[in-house]
Amino acid sequence: MEIVVCVKPVPDPRQWSKISLDPQTKVLRREGVEMVINPLDRHALEAALQIRQSLGGRVRVLSMAPLSTLEVLRETLALGADEAVLLSDRAFAGSDTLATVRVLAAGIRRWGIRPDLVLCGAESADGSTGQVGPQLAVLLGIASLSYVCGLEEVTPERVIARWQMEEGYARVEVCLPAVLTLTRACNRPRGITMLGVVQARGKPLSVWTAADLGIDPSQVGLSGSPTQMGDLWMPESGRRQEILPGKPEEAVQALLERLRELAVLPERPGRKR
Amino acid sequence: MEFGFTPEQELIRKAAREFAETVIAPRVAEMERTRQPPLDIFHAMAEQGFLGITIPPEYGGSGLGHLARLLVIEEIARISPAMGFMLQVFALGAAPLLDFGTPEQKARHLPALARGEYFATVSVTEATGGSDPFGITTTAEREGDHYILTGRKVFITGSSLCYLHTVTAVTGQDERGRKVITAFLVTQDMPGFKVGREEHKVGLWGTQLGEFALDHVAVPAENIVGKEGDGIKVVMKAISETGRPGIAATALGIIARALQEAVKFANERVVGGRPIGEYQAIQFKIADMSVLLDAARLLCYRGAWMKDQGMRCDVEMSKAKLFATEAAMTAARHCGEIFGGYGWLEEYVSQQLYRDAAILIPSAGTSEAMRIVTGRAALKG
Repeated sequence: MEIVVCVKPVPDPRQWSKISLDPQTKVLRREGVEMVINPLDRHALEAALQIRQSLGGRVRVLSMAPLSTLEVLRETLALGADEAVLLSDRAFAGSDTLATVRVLAAGIRRWGIRPDLVLCGAESADGSTGQVGPQLAVLLGIASLSYVCGLEEVTPERVIARWQMEEGYARVEVCLPAVLTLTRACNRPRGITMLGVVQARGKPLSVWTAADLGIDPSQVGLSGSPTQMGDLWMPESGRRQEILPGKPEEAVQALLERLRELAVLPERPGRKR
Repeated sequence: MEFGFTPEQELIRKAAREFAETVIAPRVAEMERTRQPPLDIFHAMAEQGFLGITIPPEYGGSGLGHLARLLVIEEIARISPAMGFMLQVFALGAAPLLDFGTPEQKARHLPALARGEYFATVSVTEATGGSDPFGITTTAEREGDHYILTGRKVFITGSSLCYLHTVTAVTGQDERGRKVITAFLVTQDMPGFKVGREEHKVGLWGTQLGEFALDHVAVPAENIVGKEGDGIKVVMKAISETGRPGIAATALGIIARALQEAVKFANERVVGGRPIGEYQAIQFKIADMSVLLDAARLLCYRGAWMKDQGMRCDVEMSKAKLFATEAAMTAARHCGEIFGGYGWLEEYVSQQLYRDAAILIPSAGTSEAMRIVTGRAALKG
């Protein structure tokens, strides 16, 4: 099985309280926030490693991200991936999901393989679009199933997966090759072992630029992105206090009126008790 | 000079942090309640490779070394000083074999220790006191190809938990009438090995401390570690170059946690209309804790680096142990004081850090013993 796992380095969600937004430049200030593998991508990698364990093959990790995140990819090698490639170039900066999948697809093409499975996290912890997986499937011309919450059976020809729905799941058979995006319900990702750290020393970890991929710069980055950001702001939230004077009965009536004014309660109360 | 960690060392730290936060953190309350050592966590640490970190690959470890070991202990101790402490004990147990073991002894025990099939420690202290290793009275009398060991060891972390003990015993006298002390590999399944009473400490709940008796235990002569008469050299090298830095790294975890909790509280707790972190009195305490952490880390990491280079480092490790454990006491106290009255309630971690830190001071040599080692070395010039 040739398995490609797409991984996105994201700011550690546990440290989001340290992130702020520059109101002028609209740039996120995230100094001191560690970059980690997008949590759902850990589940995608775990699934790939388990499939390799039962069916054999090779697990390759692919990521489009700034060069500074190279060490995040080393982590995937320590977890058990056979090879990792970081697609990094200033030309990729500002890519939306479509431009991103153009780069990822070019990365897969450069490997010269036709993957049996491409696995992604269902969405990223920062962007949360959930679009990269399905868009990549379209570009690669293969099947796609998003929000997979369980893998019941995997063979070289097909996958029987649990497809997460609002109330429960559906069992879906997907012919390979396919792109699947996984939720956290799929598995419990393994931790890095010390043996894994040692084994990672000998595994290929490469950086490919736009030139390496032979990609048209107009198709990637801001210029290749049909999605343009309109504005970005931090929603304000705060607390207010108001003292309602009078007897308890009066205060309760006043409170109910205030809550109706604020649309916390419906305009007309329902059945009286 | 190079003060940064390699990407690999950063990865090791990250792996240990993740393990501590996901596997150990949810169990800390249980350890504080039951005070019992969680065997499943020890086995999980073995599976992650933490027990084999100083064991070479040919014996089933990763051979990542002593600096890597300290990083792991520090991260684990930040979440649970007790688990950091036990992790350091297990590496202490492997140290005599690594430094002085025969190829047969290494092949027999090191792979099992790396896999966590059983645990090991070094058992020296007797009722005569841990700071006087020559004062022991346990004897080993030769009978054919065996030695018969008789005596009692006390204050042994892992006394009942560890299967393999490197035990010191008196095997005779030299020409000047001084004790000849030899180190033996003793296992719990040897007839006459009797686990004794368990001690109840005020902290490090989740570790195990107690005593055992050796009642005419027949130990094969091939279980001698090093040569006959090398006992003190064998155990003191393990204690000074592996045990003390392990305890120092546990202290690093306590300092780091105390600082982390104090900073969080100081930024959140509002008194007089301002977060208390805006008051100089609090800032000074936090500044002191931050300096203690940096200084203790530098001492510990230097010692571990020297050990990895194969350099003698007993004095450097004594300095690191002295400074880091005393700093842990100070940092835990500052943390508790910053929390005010909350700091000494059971539901806040500062009181636990304080109790745990106190136990590090006498472990593997008191602060006074560390000062003796350091002072004598300094006086030699």
